[in-house]
Amino acid sequence: MPIGIIVESAPGETRVAATPSTVAQLIQLGYEVVVERGAGAGSSFPDADYEAAGARIVAKKAAWGSAVVLTVNAPTDAELKLLSKGAVLISWLSPALNPELIDKLVALPITALAVDAVPRISRAQSMDVLSSTANIAGYRAIVEAANAFGRFFTGQVTAAGKVPPAKVLVAGVGVAGLAAIGAASSLGAIVRATDPRPEVADQVASIGGTYLPVEVGETMDSSDGYAKATSEAYDKRAAELYSEQARDVDIIVTTANIPGRAAPKLITAADVASMRSGSVIVDLAAANGGNVVGTVPGEKVVTKNGVTIIGYTDLARRLPAQASQLYGQNLVNLLKLLTPGKDGTLVLDLDDVVQRAITVARTGEKLWPPPAVQVSAAPAATTAPVQAVPTKRRGIPRGVRIALTIVGILALFVIIAIAPPPLPQHITVFVLAIVIGFYVIGKVHHALHTPLMSVTNAISGIVVVGALVQIAVGDPVTRVLSVIAVLLTSINIFGGFAVTRRMLRMFSKG
Amino acid sequence: MFDSLATASVAIAGGAYIVAALLFILSLGGLSRHETARGGVIYGIVGMIIALVATVVLVIQRTDGLGIVLLVVAVAIGGSIGLWRAARVQMTGMPQFIALLHSFVGLAAVLIGWNGYLHDGGIAANLVGIHHAEVFIGVFIGAVTFTGSIIAFLKLSARMPSAPLVLPGRNALNLGALVVFVGLTIWFVIAPSLGLLIAVTVLALLLGLHLVASIGGGDMPVVVSMLNSYSGWAAAASGFLLDNDLLIVTGALVGSSGAFLSYIMCQAMNRSFLSVIAGGFGIEAPTKGDEETGEYHEITATDTAQLLAEARSVIITPGFGMAVAQAQYPVAELARVLRARGVEVHFGIHPVAGRLPGHMNVLLAEAKVPYDIVLSMDEINDDFPGTSVVLVIGANDTVNPAAAEDPGSPIAGMPVLKVWEADEVIVFKRSMASGYAGVQNPLFYRDNARMLFGDAKDRVEEIVHELGRLNPASPGAGAAHASSE
Repeated sequence: MPIGIIVESAPGETRVAATPSTVAQLIQLGYEVVVERGAGAGSSFPDADYEAAGARIVAKKAAWGSAVVLTVNAPTDAELKLLSKGAVLISWLSPALNPELIDKLVALPITALAVDAVPRISRAQSMDVLSSTANIAGYRAIVEAANAFGRFFTGQVTAAGKVPPAKVLVAGVGVAGLAAIGAASSLGAIVRATDPRPEVADQVASIGGTYLPVEVGETMDSSDGYAKATSEAYDKRAAELYSEQARDVDIIVTTANIPGRAAPKLITAADVASMRSGSVIVDLAAANGGNVVGTVPGEKVVTKNGVTIIGYTDLARRLPAQASQLYGQNLVNLLKLLTPGKDGTLVLDLDDVVQRAITVARTGEKLWPPPAVQVSAAPAATTAPVQAVPTKRRGIPRGVRIALTIVGILALFVIIAIAPPPLPQHITVFVLAIVIGFYVIGKVHHALHTPLMSVTNAISGIVVVGALVQIAVGDPVTRVLSVIAVLLTSINIFGGFAVTRRMLRMFSKG
Repeated sequence: MFDSLATASVAIAGGAYIVAALLFILSLGGLSRHETARGGVIYGIVGMIIALVATVVLVIQRTDGLGIVLLVVAVAIGGSIGLWRAARVQMTGMPQFIALLHSFVGLAAVLIGWNGYLHDGGIAANLVGIHHAEVFIGVFIGAVTFTGSIIAFLKLSARMPSAPLVLPGRNALNLGALVVFVGLTIWFVIAPSLGLLIAVTVLALLLGLHLVASIGGGDMPVVVSMLNSYSGWAAAASGFLLDNDLLIVTGALVGSSGAFLSYIMCQAMNRSFLSVIAGGFGIEAPTKGDEETGEYHEITATDTAQLLAEARSVIITPGFGMAVAQAQYPVAELARVLRARGVEVHFGIHPVAGRLPGHMNVLLAEAKVPYDIVLSMDEINDDFPGTSVVLVIGANDTVNPAAAEDPGSPIAGMPVLKVWEADEVIVFKRSMASGYAGVQNPLFYRDNARMLFGDAKDRVEEIVHELGRLNPASPGAGAAHASSE
């Protein structure tokens, strides 16, 4: 089957649905690829490169007339007319926002696949164009901010004085937010991030940022992989947090988009006014109305107090070669799924959740909206293994323990105070020796416990000293008893030391 | 002239005792690490020689010819027996040997206590009461240690069934014995008599008997270290009795060392330390709940050898069963063969594996397993995920996932080796019988667990044999050899 790659007609579009490297992969899947003349010009891919990769360069009509057409933007009405009957259109259709477009596609009739509707499950990650695009936007947001910011990002100590590092706040830790955090911290800035989902804290830390939690008694479980709208209490505390941060940071990047709704306002006009002159805000939600009061979609504006607010909606288009490559690769991965035989024949299997989710229309049959897909990652987190709580069998209540300790100390004090002369001295020695014993034994290596026991056996044979002294007593009964004691303890002393030495000789290092 | 010489030698003996006590502390300190352990033993021996020489000099000045002869003969006989047994004892028999040594200290303390009563050698009037209390305490602790150790010895050497003796109201019996002891002590201090001394001796002997008889085989590591502790306290009591600081210091050192070991063992079994010291532990009737059973998978020695040959890393977790089967030599050989093939081999030792603290380490050392690949539970527990194969040899309760995962299990909360987190677990076992604690082990029914039935020694030897027939892993062999040196 031929695949057509066309020149994007949307104003300001620089991207293309396939690059020479993805074309080669499509050909490997068994497809024939035709590319409209000049399709890659905006992304710096000359026609010759496509030809070298195995594609044929054709005119507009031929490209649109292919059995499969890949585009970046949804086709215009004029372009739809160029599609052949029963063609497969794979494009960024935003079906939830464009119901009329869906109806038109159904009427044609063609098969339409919306790549932006890929469900967020692990298996489909390689086809997720939203992630690829968000990643690019997040990175570019920092580049734009750096461009508008009149200072270094990184801190330096130079001969001309000390330069403090820039402070960056990233609101919303999705793919775009993470990309922004990564880019900003690799430029050397101090990066902070906020998000209603506390579980992203580790991700933030892993790429060099600091997570600022919004502390209310509420957390958010997301069952579809996207952030959802938040509660009032949360919003109030979050607003305070943003106000605090706005006074402190130099750069703010906001990425809060809620699918199918206007973007939430995170940064108020007062917050913007409180920022230092020269600060920069990049609003990645500008297309959806913006997270910042004062954002003008598609424009860069400077407020009265000198804060630059960047509301570009075409950040991905500003990195066309990279954006085309990632988008094209997502499409290749999707086509791999759609081409099980690797024979250039596109097979749509609606029992597969990924394919079902993206299929908007199948030759005249409207299949939008698809049944909901539960994302695997999120529910797993809520049913996290219930850690078996170790049953505490030991443990006297704390109060009792303290009481016992005090009683013990008092008893010791009383005994030493009232006992006749030799006894207090003995008790002192006794108590000190116990303490020393605990400290000395506490450090013993686990493997040496047996030798330790045999050595303590040997040295506890020291009671022989007592028995020896008693031998000197003339009384025969005492003498017999002490001889027996000496004999037994001698076994201990000699046996204990000998067996310890024997054991220790066996221990050898590898 | 004679008097001043005697005074001088008493002073010298006092000095020698302090030196000996210091050397004993250094000795125990030295045993904390492999590198210094042998030096530690030397310190101990030197300390002992100093103490003995000083004492003998004292004794010679005071006694007649017969006394000296008796002294030499007793030391000679005792010393020879000790050296002879120490050279002959099997490493698998270490627990009972050590238990027997405990009993000697206990008996000696009893005898010294009796002598202290029979011949008090002129004690100041205000100290007589204290002296008599000391006699009683020394005899009591010594006698408990003596019979307790004898029973432990009999159980450990399988001369007596290791099943716990359960008498009705056994806690009341133990507590009652203590109360009677306190009563007798007070009576004895007020009106000393030989009959009371005999009574307390018999009482303590019976208590020691009952205390250890009511404890099962699996709790033996705690019992042995507890008796170790008791023998120390007995020596310390003798020290109080004889007014001798050396005995007090040594006894306290040994007592606290044994107590500390018992504490470690108790933690490893999630039991209360205080109740163990008091003897109030032992069996709780295992609550036989809904037992987790199911399919278990068998494996042959040949397949095991194949699996091991392809493994990247292997952890061996031995238990008492390895000692019973005398399998430490083939196991060590297996480890050597695998290491030579470039497989990373470690041993994971649970604190209460075996019947004595550190028992498994000694057995493996005897079989020439390098001690640096023998790791404790805490050191190795994080390594199980990512390990290719775990060999469980003669261990059961110490690798039971129920302890970690089933709050209703009788052994819940006991720290265990998390062997089930490895890719494959091979369990060497005689049959499907449950372990000491009487708890079913769900490990056996896990998907990644395979059972290898039969005598552990025979099976391991078969595996070593099979590994020898497989071609040596040629690429890694040379490098592995180099790294193992």
